[in-house]
Amino acid sequence: MTDVQDSTLALERLSAEELATRFGMARAGARPPLSTYLRDLWGRRHFVVSYTRASNAALYSNSFLGQIWQVLTPLLNAAVYFLIFGYLLKTKKEIPNYIGFLTIGIFFFTYMQNSIIHGARSVTNNINIIRALHFPRASLPLGTTAIAFQQLLASLCALLPIVLLTGEPVRWTWLLLAPILLLESLFALGMALIIARIGAAIPDTSQFLPFVLRTWLYMSGIFYSITVFTKGKPEWVRVILELNPGALYPELARHALLVDPGSKLTPHVWTAAIGWAVFAVIVGLLYFWHGEEQYGRG
Amino acid sequence: MAVADATTPLPQAEPATRAEDRTPVVVIDDVHLVYRVAGRRSRANAPAALYRMLRREQAPGTREIHAVQGVSLVAYRGEAVGLIGPNGSGKSTLLRGIAGLMAPAKGAIYTHGDPALLGVGAALLNDMTGERNIELGCLAMGMTPEEVREHFQGIVDFADIGEFISLPMNTYSSGMGARLRFSIAAAKTRDILLIDEALATGDASFRRKSENRIRELVGQAGTIFLVSHGLQVIRDTCSRVVWLEKGKIVMDGPTEQVVDAYEDKYDPQARTKAAKHPAESSI
Repeated sequence: MTDVQDSTLALERLSAEELATRFGMARAGARPPLSTYLRDLWGRRHFVVSYTRASNAALYSNSFLGQIWQVLTPLLNAAVYFLIFGYLLKTKKEIPNYIGFLTIGIFFFTYMQNSIIHGARSVTNNINIIRALHFPRASLPLGTTAIAFQQLLASLCALLPIVLLTGEPVRWTWLLLAPILLLESLFALGMALIIARIGAAIPDTSQFLPFVLRTWLYMSGIFYSITVFTKGKPEWVRVILELNPGALYPELARHALLVDPGSKLTPHVWTAAIGWAVFAVIVGLLYFWHGEEQYGRG
Repeated sequence: MAVADATTPLPQAEPATRAEDRTPVVVIDDVHLVYRVAGRRSRANAPAALYRMLRREQAPGTREIHAVQGVSLVAYRGEAVGLIGPNGSGKSTLLRGIAGLMAPAKGAIYTHGDPALLGVGAALLNDMTGERNIELGCLAMGMTPEEVREHFQGIVDFADIGEFISLPMNTYSSGMGARLRFSIAAAKTRDILLIDEALATGDASFRRKSENRIRELVGQAGTIFLVSHGLQVIRDTCSRVVWLEKGKIVMDGPTEQVVDAYEDKYDPQARTKAAKHPAESSI
C-alpha cells in the first residue's frame, strides 16, 4: 500500500499544484504559450507536408481520371461561367481578353474559397487523430490550406498555356506571381485558421459557408469588371469592392499576366494586399491558438 | 483516500525495481469530471436555438453526468496502473481527463509530458492506408522522417496484419485497427500511455505481445494507465490497481489485493476457476 500512502502524503505535504510545478508538470491538455506553440508547429512541418500529399492522393483515388481533376475542375468552372456570364449575360464587354480575365479570376478566387471550406472541416474531420495524439492542432488547418495551394499550383499548369494561347506575351511581370501567391496564401491560411475554430465549435458552419462564399464570389468581380460595373456609382463603392481581398488578389494576378486587363489598378492595392495578409495570419493564429484546449473535447 | 485505507491492509508488496524512482508523472487532485449529454429533444425552433447559441446557454433537455466525483491519486514514473470497475464507474472518463480531452469541473489534473490515449474503435485517419497511418501518426507524435523510416518496419511487424497494411483503415476489423493503433502509439518511448479497452479486441497472441510491450515501456520509465474488464490482462501487466465505483475510488493498491477483492464482490466463481486454469480466465 506504499503507493497510496506516498501519494496521500505527497498531496498533504505539498498542494497538488506545488508538487506539479516542482516536477515540471503541466495541467492536462493546457494550451502552451504562443512561442512554444509556434515552435511545436514548426517541429510538425513534416507531418503537414505528408498529410497534404496523402490527402491529395486520397482525394481522387476513387475516380477514373484521378489527379487530372485537379486541373479539370477549375477549367470546367471557368467554362460554365464563360457560357453564362461572358456569352449569355455579356459581362465581357470592355474586357479585351475575357478568357484570360475569367480563368485567372476563378483560379485565384477558388484558392481562397477552397482554403476556407477545407479549413472549416479540418478539425471535425480529424477528430480521431486529435483525440488519440498530442500535436499542435494548427497543423490541420495549415495542412488543408497546403492542399488548396497544391491544387492551385496544378491549375496554374493549365492557366499559363491558356494565357499564352489568348495571345499574351511572356513578360517580366509574370514574376510578380510569386509575391502575389505568398500574400494570398498568408491571407488564405489566416482565414482557414479562423474558420477552423468556428467550425470546430459550431458544426453548422459547413452548411452555412457555401452561401457566404457564393455571395463573396459574386461581389468580387470574378466574371465581370468592377470598374465597368460601378460606372456612375459613387467612388467609394468601387474602392471598397476592389480592396476586398476576394477581388484584390485575383486582380493583382491579372495585372501580372495580362497586358491589358481592362482596368487600372486602384492606388494602394499592394498595401492592401500586404495588410490583409498580415492581418489575417496574425488574427488567425492568435484566435486558433486561443481555442487550442477545446479541440477534440465534448 | 480514506475509503481505500479503511478497506485494505498494508502489505509490503512494493517491487524493488522501481523503489528508488519516485518521480510523479500524473497528479490527480480531487477531480470531478462532468459531461453533458443531449437528452430528449425539445420542440425548440430555429430562433430559440440561435438565441441560446448567442447567450451560450445549454440546449433544454441536456443532462449532466457526474462521472468522476472527487478522485485523487498520484502515479509515478514506471508504474502500470490498472483501472477496474463496473460499466459506468467513470474509468474511461478519467482517462479522457488525464489525456486533457475534458476539463475538470473541480480539482486539477497535472501530467508530465503528452499522454497518448488509445480508445476502442477510433482509427487515426480512416480513409488512408495502414502504411500512411503509421507515417502520419509517427510524424504527428513529433518524430523526424528519419525516425519514422527507422521505426516503420518494426511497427508493421508488430501490428502483423499482413496485406491489410496497404489497405485503407476503414476496411479493417476492430481487432486489426486496435493492433495498428497500439503499434503506432507504443512505437515511441513516451511518458504516459492511456489504454482504454484497446487491447480487448486483439487475439490471444497479439494480447501477449502487447502486454510484453507494455512491460517494456514501463521498464523504460513510461507510465501506463490501463482500463480493462479482462482481469487477467490487469493481473499480467499492472503493478497497481485502482477500483472505481460510481466515480469514486473504492480501493487503490497492489494488483493482487485489489483484483482479488474486486472478484470476491463481482465474480466469486472466477477465482476458484482461475486457480484451476490460470490462462483462460480473461474475458
